[in-house]
Amino acid sequence: MIPSGTTPRDAAAGELKFRDPVRGAALTAALAKTVAGIGRSPVSVMHVCGSHEQAIARFGLRTAFPRDLRVIMGPGCPVCITDQPEVDEAVALARQGVRIATYGDMVRVPGTAASLADAQAEGARVDVVYSIDQAIALAAASSEPLVFFATGFETTAVATAAAILAGLPSNFFVLSAHKYIPPAMEIVAEMPDSRIEGFVAAGHAATITGWGVFEAFVARHGVPVVVAGFEPLDILAALVRLVELIRDGVRTVENMFPRCVTREGNLVAQRQLWDVFTPIGGRWRGIAHVPNGNLRLLDRWSHLDARRRFAIDLTRLWDEAPSLLSQQCRCGDIMSGLRTPADCALFGAECLPETPVGACMVSSEGTCRIWHEYGVPR
Amino acid sequence: MITLANDRVARVTMPHGAGGRAMRRLIEQVFLRDAPPAAAAMDDGAVIPLAGGGSLIVTTDAHVIQPLVFPGGDIGRLAVSGTVNDLAMMGATEPLGLACSVVIEEGFAVDDLERLQRSMAEACAEAGTSVVTGDTKVMRRGELDGVVITTTGVGITWRPVRDSGAAAGDVLVVTGTIGDHGVAVMAARHQFQFGEELRSDVAPLNGLVRAALAAGDVHAMKDPTRGGVASALHEIAAKSRVGIVIREHAVPVRPGVRAAADLLGIDPLFIANEGKAVLAVRPHAAEAVLAALHAHPYGRDAAIVGECVSGQPGTVTVDTGFGLRRLSEPDGELLPRIC
Repeated sequence: MIPSGTTPRDAAAGELKFRDPVRGAALTAALAKTVAGIGRSPVSVMHVCGSHEQAIARFGLRTAFPRDLRVIMGPGCPVCITDQPEVDEAVALARQGVRIATYGDMVRVPGTAASLADAQAEGARVDVVYSIDQAIALAAASSEPLVFFATGFETTAVATAAAILAGLPSNFFVLSAHKYIPPAMEIVAEMPDSRIEGFVAAGHAATITGWGVFEAFVARHGVPVVVAGFEPLDILAALVRLVELIRDGVRTVENMFPRCVTREGNLVAQRQLWDVFTPIGGRWRGIAHVPNGNLRLLDRWSHLDARRRFAIDLTRLWDEAPSLLSQQCRCGDIMSGLRTPADCALFGAECLPETPVGACMVSSEGTCRIWHEYGVPR
Repeated sequence: MITLANDRVARVTMPHGAGGRAMRRLIEQVFLRDAPPAAAAMDDGAVIPLAGGGSLIVTTDAHVIQPLVFPGGDIGRLAVSGTVNDLAMMGATEPLGLACSVVIEEGFAVDDLERLQRSMAEACAEAGTSVVTGDTKVMRRGELDGVVITTTGVGITWRPVRDSGAAAGDVLVVTGTIGDHGVAVMAARHQFQFGEELRSDVAPLNGLVRAALAAGDVHAMKDPTRGGVASALHEIAAKSRVGIVIREHAVPVRPGVRAAADLLGIDPLFIANEGKAVLAVRPHAAEAVLAALHAHPYGRDAAIVGECVSGQPGTVTVDTGFGLRRLSEPDGELLPRIC
């Protein structure tokens, strides 16, 4: 999506401010000093956002992190945690002849036996869109039914909600695989093996939920949370602050992205979100059953709900054997912070971006894809 | 069905045409089986030695693009420039002539066809060549999308420049801002607005390359089309058996292209160009080549972006100013990320 009000000129000026290597070096030195001041190793923190991992890898920040700091990527890739049965529903609909529109990353995510790209190669109609508005335009230009396979966290769920509230063409239906991130942090914090001492929260999701949403989490789990933006200096500054809070034993939420995030968040967007969706429990691929982690359409929108309007026949997919390799996929452990891609035998060998075994290798937000793209940190 | 990395490709998918690893694998599996060594080098063109000395360079390229007309150019200018540039990248900067096949969809407006022809003629005039033979076919409506133009070019060079010619110590030069073409086409295709108008850089580069070759020793040369600068650097690194290190801040990128790429979650190094070249230059000649590029209208923003090293042959490393990262080999279509 192209946010309105951000002109390229603004973005270019912002880049100069937040991508200054000199300031980066100063923050890197401060980070090393603060971590050393704690006097034990490792200090483990987790971020829960693919965009953070993207920025960390894209700018080579891991090569600049102190050795004693472990920065783990949690379940922050909406594509990766979309469960196979959800992909199967979209694939089944596509094979039944229903036109599907979805975000680019979803096309190649393997379901139990096939991806939307496989269905497309067999003749199904699958359109890649950059926003729900484009999908609506496709539907408006024709009379046949179009199902929007809606994926992503709060950020894209709000866009789906706003479009639904604004009114849709009568041939437009929604297959929601939207996810809600706050409950997932609870799951990871409660994992017995996780040993996470602090969280970096995703700045863009927090623009919608507000940073206040993390206060109850901090109270329950006794670990600090720092909300961070996505430029390299944002991330370094947030890590310095998070490690300071760990060092001082302060359990609080700190907002290090105040140019976008407020305590209460975007109230209009929150109202739209809950006017359209209801949170239900469901599996996040490879991780666990996440209570309230999935967003489904409320009953009043059942006339738009592809799950209620179409008979989605999954049985034919069950005749196809799932890939044997997929059983060796370590995506779940990687997204829980228990392993890294380097621990996976398939990574970089059988599992490559053009032949992904797990969803983490498909999405540009996936840990495996990012590590493959930017190199395994030494 | 998920295919395994070492399996045969069973069915062609879009990434097989995207200029990266997937395409190379398909070509190796299907087309290179019984190919002579000239084709197996997978350079921009074939080098055929002539009895009287010198080499004939032959190259061909099928051009498909949507939309057919985009800011800064159209499929006609692209079809001429693409082939002229492939010849130039091999060192053949005086194209002897082009062959041109046009496949047209039933119902295509002749006015539009004339416009494409005019822009082909303009590009030919600029490159100092002409279309000397051609073929025209029409297919039924819906059997192709608008028009497909295939051009074949021939040229002669006394010293072919190959992808395998770079050596450790060579300086890497990019002849101007990168990503302009890909972003302009993406913006036109999906009707994005990025504030400033982004224009394709599509242009015949033989004049620019002639100036660079006259100024100093160029060891390897690629036009970073599909797969972008990343793909060009990987080919040079792999075929020349050198490591490559580039400094990200030195790579020229227009602010509008940078902003668009950031918003779409795409690295400008992966975005296609149609009027740029990447050169590996002998270190002592770097300043002279750079000056020659700067003096040409298509090379005004040329910059030294990195160098070839002896360590880690076949790899490309990016110094971001914050740290180091590996630059991966492009592997498929550019798909924008979700959030």
